[in-house]
Amino acid sequence: MTRWGLVIDTDRCTGCGACAVACHAENNIQTVGEEEAAKGRAMHWMRIERYYEGTFPDVRVRFQPVLCQQCRQAPCEPVCPVYATYRTPEGLNAMVYARCIGTRYCANNCPYTVRFFNWFSPEFPEPLQRQLNPDVSVRPAGVMEKCTFCVQRIQDAQDIAQDEDREVRDGEIRTACSQSCPAQAITFGDLDDPASRVSQMAEEQRATRLLEDLSTEPSVIYMRGGR
Amino acid sequence: MSNAVARSHEEQLIRPLTAFRPKLFVGSLVTGLLVGLLFYSWGYQIVNDIGVAGINRPVFWGFYITNFVFWIGISHAGTLISAILRVTQAEWRRPVTRCAEAITTFALMIGGLFPLIHLGRPLIFWYMVPIPTGRGIWPNFRSPLMWDIMAITTYLLGSLLYLFLPLIPDMAILRDRAMKVSPRSVRTLFFRVMALGWRGTPQQWHSLEAGIRAMAVIIIPVAVSVHTIVSWDFAMAVQPMWHSTIFGPYFVVGAIYSGVAVLMVAMYLLRRGLGIGEYLSDKVFNNLGLLFLAFALMWGYFTFAEHLTVWYGHEHAEMTVFNQRISGEYAWVFWTMIVTNVVIPLSVLPFPKGRSPLGTAIVGLGVLVGMWIERFLIVVGTLRYPRLDFNVGTYSPTWVEVGILVGSVGLFVFLYFAFVQTTPIVSIWEVREGHHLEVKARMQHLAAAKEEPHV
Repeated sequence: MTRWGLVIDTDRCTGCGACAVACHAENNIQTVGEEEAAKGRAMHWMRIERYYEGTFPDVRVRFQPVLCQQCRQAPCEPVCPVYATYRTPEGLNAMVYARCIGTRYCANNCPYTVRFFNWFSPEFPEPLQRQLNPDVSVRPAGVMEKCTFCVQRIQDAQDIAQDEDREVRDGEIRTACSQSCPAQAITFGDLDDPASRVSQMAEEQRATRLLEDLSTEPSVIYMRGGR
Repeated sequence: MSNAVARSHEEQLIRPLTAFRPKLFVGSLVTGLLVGLLFYSWGYQIVNDIGVAGINRPVFWGFYITNFVFWIGISHAGTLISAILRVTQAEWRRPVTRCAEAITTFALMIGGLFPLIHLGRPLIFWYMVPIPTGRGIWPNFRSPLMWDIMAITTYLLGSLLYLFLPLIPDMAILRDRAMKVSPRSVRTLFFRVMALGWRGTPQQWHSLEAGIRAMAVIIIPVAVSVHTIVSWDFAMAVQPMWHSTIFGPYFVVGAIYSGVAVLMVAMYLLRRGLGIGEYLSDKVFNNLGLLFLAFALMWGYFTFAEHLTVWYGHEHAEMTVFNQRISGEYAWVFWTMIVTNVVIPLSVLPFPKGRSPLGTAIVGLGVLVGMWIERFLIVVGTLRYPRLDFNVGTYSPTWVEVGILVGSVGLFVFLYFAFVQTTPIVSIWEVREGHHLEVKARMQHLAAAKEEPHV
């Protein structure tokens, strides 16, 4: 069985934000504008969180890219009254936009705060509408959205593999964030395949998960070691 | 003599329905405008999308859910209190039950609006209703929101029935009187329909009493379940200071507390406005004041227990929310709540003079404000501080949210004014029955006293 996972090496991350930009472009995420962003309504499925370690003058900035953790025990799923968010057999927390009625309960119950709500209808000012990804739907107002692990790319690769009568190869699928990371800090793959790069990295000493004590069993693994 | 007394009761209690009261008229007009404000604001939000409210990320819930919990809490005034008093056969309940039950029904109707108001896509709210359609979609019964729908619908239907059953004989009295005056008017037709052909036969009385008795027993667990489930909207989530096991009973106590508060205010206004002090007497205020005091103590105890355990556990995420309340940005809100909900009630209600109509009404107003604050602190206080510190947020409501809050209060008062003008707010037949029972008891006492000297 497949279980998609993502490994982020925070020791490599430079905090450049290329992943966040690539994610916007790939997934048709609306840019809300200055005024709305000031109200806390900015939408970035992938964001770089900054944390400061140590006391002055010995201060160090840590960058932590945070996206939907695709939890195996996802707190967001059971609370949705209309099954708009659910678990796929391949371990993704899927969103069915057409079902979502906007109770926003899922977002309240997400300990990682990675769910984003469309407060208004999305607008893509000229010429941005020309770069919309035809493989991804544009979400209307009143609907919740979040990282999908670039499910359209997963599906595409699976279709090709099926046509060629073979399994999807490790490394064949790259999420937009992983593809655009100049430091190559992000790796995507199948956690259930013991030979895959992600599962080998997950075995390493540096591997950790975010808010692990909540037993959400995230599919995103952070590598974090020395300096 | 007994009949004459009964007739004077009837006259006094029916007068508010027939006499023109300028104050009531102006009141209806003003609250009617507020109802307009409610629907204008809501309409504005539907047309321009939910973004016109001040909610954001991470404060996804704001005034709307606060109002929802507040109004559902208020609804525990009536039915629960009147059911308990009926089941325990407290005689002084007779003039209180109906005005309390009406509070329940109207507060529930308004509370039930808020989950719809707060939806991102309110026009497809019916996705939450279990209708077997070709869409092949079935609601998720694991979600506390679905439990809410089930519980609140049950409670609303139960409360309507519980309000309506004791109304039937009074509607028959009104019908009989109206038939004599103007048999063809719309008002008469209304009373005829509402009286359901009541003739007052012994068999009808028997069925009615059996029905009321059954409903009084059934409605108590339903009411308790409703606010428990509302609390579980929060307690089932893993967020700091939401994930608490005592939230169920804590919310039920808070709900009844705010319910008694609104009942005290309503009774005071009814007594002043309609001149029915004979029924809503000082004794009634005194007794309800004692109940009020008991709930003030219970609420204070729960609040103390909830905060002490969080502080003693000293978990990082919980303490962030806790500190904000006790000494942080929302400290002034929190301490206002402690003053209105604990300090004032406990320094007024223990004294017989404090349990006067005016005293209890003033305490009641304070408690209403305090209980709204409590819900606000729970909803917004927690959401502002997510576990990942990077995402700390802020919240300030827009005019739409304020308009809907003010409008909902207006709608409540408007409905209540309308109710006062179409039904006797004090149950005529129940007061009459109470009078009969009292006379009977006195006669027996006299008879017993006559026999005694021989022993």
